[in-house]
Amino acid sequence: MSVKQLSVVSGKGGTGKTSLVACFATLGSNMVIADCDVDAANLHLIAEPLILKKQDFYGGAKAEIDQERCQRTGVCQQVCRFDAVVFDASAQPVKYWIDPIACDGCGSCAEFCASRAIKMVQPKAGEWYISETRFGPMVHARLGIGEENSGKLVSQVRKTALELAEKRDRKMVLIDGPPGIGCPVIASITGVDYTIVVTEPTPSGIHDLERISELCRHFSIPAGVVINKFDLNPGISGEIKKIVGISNSDFLGEIPYEPDFTRAMVQGKSLLEFNSSPSSKIIKQIWENLKSLLK
Amino acid sequence: MKIAVASGKGGTGKTLIATSLALSLEKAVLVDCDVEEPNAHLLVCPQWQLTRHVELPFPKVDLNKCSFCGECQRVCRFGAIAVLADQVLTFPELCHSCGACSLVCPSRAISEEKRKIGEIRFGIKNGLELIEGRLQVGEPMATPIIRELKRCSAKRDSIIIFDAPPGTSCPVIHTLRASDYALLVTEPTPFGLNDLVLAVGVTRELAIPAGLIINKAGIGDKKVYTYAQEQNLPILLEIPEERKIAEAYSRGKSLAEAFPEYKKIFLDLFEKINLQVKENVCKAVVSSER
Amino acid sequence: MKICITARGEALDSMVDERFGRAEKFIIYETETGRFEALDNTQNLQAMQGAGVQSAQKVIASGAKILITGHCGPKAYATLKAGGVKVYTSAKGTVKTAIEDYLKGALKEITAPDVESHW
Repeated sequence: MSVKQLSVVSGKGGTGKTSLVACFATLGSNMVIADCDVDAANLHLIAEPLILKKQDFYGGAKAEIDQERCQRTGVCQQVCRFDAVVFDASAQPVKYWIDPIACDGCGSCAEFCASRAIKMVQPKAGEWYISETRFGPMVHARLGIGEENSGKLVSQVRKTALELAEKRDRKMVLIDGPPGIGCPVIASITGVDYTIVVTEPTPSGIHDLERISELCRHFSIPAGVVINKFDLNPGISGEIKKIVGISNSDFLGEIPYEPDFTRAMVQGKSLLEFNSSPSSKIIKQIWENLKSLLK
Repeated sequence: MKIAVASGKGGTGKTLIATSLALSLEKAVLVDCDVEEPNAHLLVCPQWQLTRHVELPFPKVDLNKCSFCGECQRVCRFGAIAVLADQVLTFPELCHSCGACSLVCPSRAISEEKRKIGEIRFGIKNGLELIEGRLQVGEPMATPIIRELKRCSAKRDSIIIFDAPPGTSCPVIHTLRASDYALLVTEPTPFGLNDLVLAVGVTRELAIPAGLIINKAGIGDKKVYTYAQEQNLPILLEIPEERKIAEAYSRGKSLAEAFPEYKKIFLDLFEKINLQVKENVCKAVVSSER
Repeated sequence: MKICITARGEALDSMVDERFGRAEKFIIYETETGRFEALDNTQNLQAMQGAGVQSAQKVIASGAKILITGHCGPKAYATLKAGGVKVYTSAKGTVKTAIEDYLKGALKEITAPDVESHW
């Protein structure tokens, strides 16, 4: 039996992805959790992981000028297309230096420096962890502030989670994805068996849902939609259901606006561990729907 | 004056605050830098004036001039160009548009073609100009569009408000770097605080003065207040958790529009920010004079 | 004839690495003599992007005309095809088993990439 991979994304931030992932983690057994929101990870606040293994993560390269070899020709500044080479006229002596935040790591400056004064370095860009939680093994990460979130760290987390699931005979990898539609989101959904999109009944909720759904179609990944806080605007919720109905996505369920999500979060619990409200029943039903879709 | 509205965590109310602030001012420019999911237009409802394509160059190889020496492949750090015995493959989606390949080619066989990765739209609503960046779905990189947005807004001389993307990685840094001030919007919950700490870290790294807005005040816990005090982070505004606000937002209404009393609240907010920026400038001048 | 097999180790009883672009090792096996060498692919394991294309170039440079692996993405496939390498996928088990499967015609040649772009 191959390991199933399930990803939870949203397009728009703040719709309740992580809270829902925590609920699924509570309901499921035999899974590995992967927190792929490496830029602003939150799942650990509920899962309370015990870190067993930590690894350094190296992202892209950055250029560095060796001031002793530099002849101040300024060629690097001429070839750089990212405005990353800064000339400091007030320095004694004047100097060129490379802004690591703007630097794209393309290496053009290093290539064309006649004095070979520029080298490409790979600074540490973050860390990733293999941990144990009450929900099972968890793989998560922290991307350094300002680092490029290219999807490489997300892929590392996913690769490790899948390997862990295979090694420890787990049936599923449950992925908490990041907001947006860029690189890290793409890395969170490619090759998964199913993607859940969590949305909310607001104009931005619909707008962003359409974009993330298009992304799923682009990568031919089956998707299902959960409307969170649906009762805030039943009109828009209805619109969303119509859109989902015409599309190829599944409608998985709708959860009312639930203040207990936050109360549970404050206590470090998933909603299902906090109490058994009507919302808990709905989430259990959504989980059952998912399990049958994944068979 | 350039103010960036950021948060760390998504969904705390960045866009709601950014648009409410921008619409309360007499004259301003609002730049939507959340190019993956630009939402400001949904609350501003501008009259669109112009759309510009954002294009990135990628290499085009003239096989008649090419000697298949492989220099372009050697110099490309992104695997976007592959030289084989009798052909050259290019992979535009991997290309970072750095230009190294065309510069290094000894046969001058490489020219550049452009491909569209997104759009920038310009719109007007009364005294407000909205400049929106929009990444094409399927394109991985947001940063080139944010760079373009910064170029467009650089020439404007009114108050500029940047609606930043969520998170703390590259696109957020590029947005914040252009600003004089970071207005951080958070919610008083563990997730909100966790990400706020990251966002504050970014503002410290970039040496930008920051202030806090607590949205949905009343939910969660009080830890963010303690944190703000410890960090000397001024709490400039608290917006209570009220269903009527959530419902107005779900109908596409910004705060100033749905609740007129907020207009004055946001004007006061702007004055507080102004003061803080001036103080910061004074502090900086004083410390450089020492 | 040289065959390339993606592997997790350097021996014939190493397991096949199902990924191509970020495979740990490439085993280049000479069918006439039974001799083989293992090429290290760590550089591409670490690549931010474009691993498939770079790995494809490595295979082409080795002189192998056949690639045996688990899956192959679009950019890697395009490069291999342009370089005259035939791709056989869904290989499982050890490198030795994969070679045997190929030689007895049990593996399928793909005429298009069988997975989407990915890391």
